[in-house]
Amino acid sequence: MIKRLTWRVATVTEIRQETPTARTLVFDVPGWPGHLPGQHVDVKLTADDGYSAQRSYSVANGDDGERVELTVQRVGDGEVSPYLTEVLEVGDQIELRGPVGGWFVWRPHSSPPVLLIGGGSGIVPLMAMIRSRGKSDTPFRLLYSLRDPGQLFYAGELEKVMAGVEVAYLYTRTAPPDAGRAPGRIRAADLIAYGWPPETAPDVFVCGPTGFVEAAADLLTGLGHDPAKIKTERFGPTGG
Amino acid sequence: MGIISRAFQGRPRDHDEKLPPGQYLVHDFPVLSAGPTPRVPLDRWEFAIDTPEGEVHRWSWEEFQALPQETPTVDLHCVTKWSKFGTEWKGVSLDVLMEDVESAAEYALAYSHGGYTTNLPLEDLLDGKAWIVYEFDGEELAPAHGGPARLLVPHLYLWKSAKWVKGIRLLNEDWPGFWETAGYHNYGDPWREQRYQGD
Amino acid sequence: MEHLDYQDGNALAGPLSEIFTFDVTVAQGTCAGCGRRGALAELRVYGPEPGLVARCPGCEEVVLTFVRGPKDAWLDLRGSVSLRIPITE
Repeated sequence: MIKRLTWRVATVTEIRQETPTARTLVFDVPGWPGHLPGQHVDVKLTADDGYSAQRSYSVANGDDGERVELTVQRVGDGEVSPYLTEVLEVGDQIELRGPVGGWFVWRPHSSPPVLLIGGGSGIVPLMAMIRSRGKSDTPFRLLYSLRDPGQLFYAGELEKVMAGVEVAYLYTRTAPPDAGRAPGRIRAADLIAYGWPPETAPDVFVCGPTGFVEAAADLLTGLGHDPAKIKTERFGPTGG
Repeated sequence: MGIISRAFQGRPRDHDEKLPPGQYLVHDFPVLSAGPTPRVPLDRWEFAIDTPEGEVHRWSWEEFQALPQETPTVDLHCVTKWSKFGTEWKGVSLDVLMEDVESAAEYALAYSHGGYTTNLPLEDLLDGKAWIVYEFDGEELAPAHGGPARLLVPHLYLWKSAKWVKGIRLLNEDWPGFWETAGYHNYGDPWREQRYQGD
Repeated sequence: MEHLDYQDGNALAGPLSEIFTFDVTVAQGTCAGCGRRGALAELRVYGPEPGLVARCPGCEEVVLTFVRGPKDAWLDLRGSVSLRIPITE
């Protein structure tokens, strides 16, 4: 019998606050089979009376043994994300199932340039791709759309100059004084200025809220990018 | 049961005799969708009832508004476990719509804009148990909640209250609808917790 | 924004991993409605409650539904002509 995916116990080993409402949880997951950048996991929480709730999150780190990192944004008054962002402590245990999803993944041996477009916490699976790039000579460009500088995930890491990775911040509401771009939603000019031209046939990964992904994918095809090269991951209505 | 997550409570579990087994109470009005939200302009809106004997009854929006109205206040129970008490609607009773319909049919299939269907015994639509409603809480019914008009059958789980309803087909044989063919219970009585096939 | 309430077919990967031993989202499906071919990961997925409903991005017809009860799961491939599944060693 081939084994189907089963739930594994994950223990929190470290917590990093990314913004006032988001944090990265580092788990130790014995038996973790490894993952590809872009894959996600299902998280299950169980209360002492047996009630349980499940949500799906993208993995934030590159493949690293039995270590799995998730970055969780608190969403409204849901029952899972407030727990993960405010209650969970180092040493606590939850259950994880995965990795799942073989479509929205970057395989480090692929050679075309890579264009990453993230909206809000859509940066998470794209960060896993950046972190997996390692010494690969595939050039990366990241367009990171966020409301204001206070919403930035992975600030320290993204600000360090990474050879071969160019990062452009697209602030939608408030930009820092030196931004050089008026705040606003992603537009064709951003893709021309900071993306790859369609002739270079980049592998494109777009992740974010459904409306953001829709807009970015339309702009990309409008500029002549091959729809077959654009992979998307929409959050849809997240249940919190 | 899996391992217990320390201090995880999840949503509150309620105990209220008005609450069917396994349900919890909400105060907002959750929206669940199985497809894009249809937009139906009122000048093209129509409601129809047809019978296996070949009769078809149709109402335009204007004709529909001219029918006697009722304002039921009912509790809603969704199969996804939320219940909402005391919701106020305005619409037309199925008893009024069925008044001139002559048929030996025993089953009904409600069908909607966007392709949704749901089945129920005809008797569950009669005797003050079901309405076609077009106002919620004093306002015209929003598209997300099934506007311009939806079926309301509050004694069954809410998936039976088809949103964006376009018509009701009377049938001699039961014809399972969208969720009823996809694993959900054929009848869906919340008090007997008939959620899935086999419950 | 009310129309933008779906996820990508990627969201099927977790739930369907309970049923299949391979990742179904990379399989190429053919829509029974319009004949469009594409990976299940490209479908538009509504839900997860009361069930997952995956629709064709071309014609919006239902390709697949998945309902998970406490004891059983129901997978309905009503709108799919075929699935082409990559077999790797």
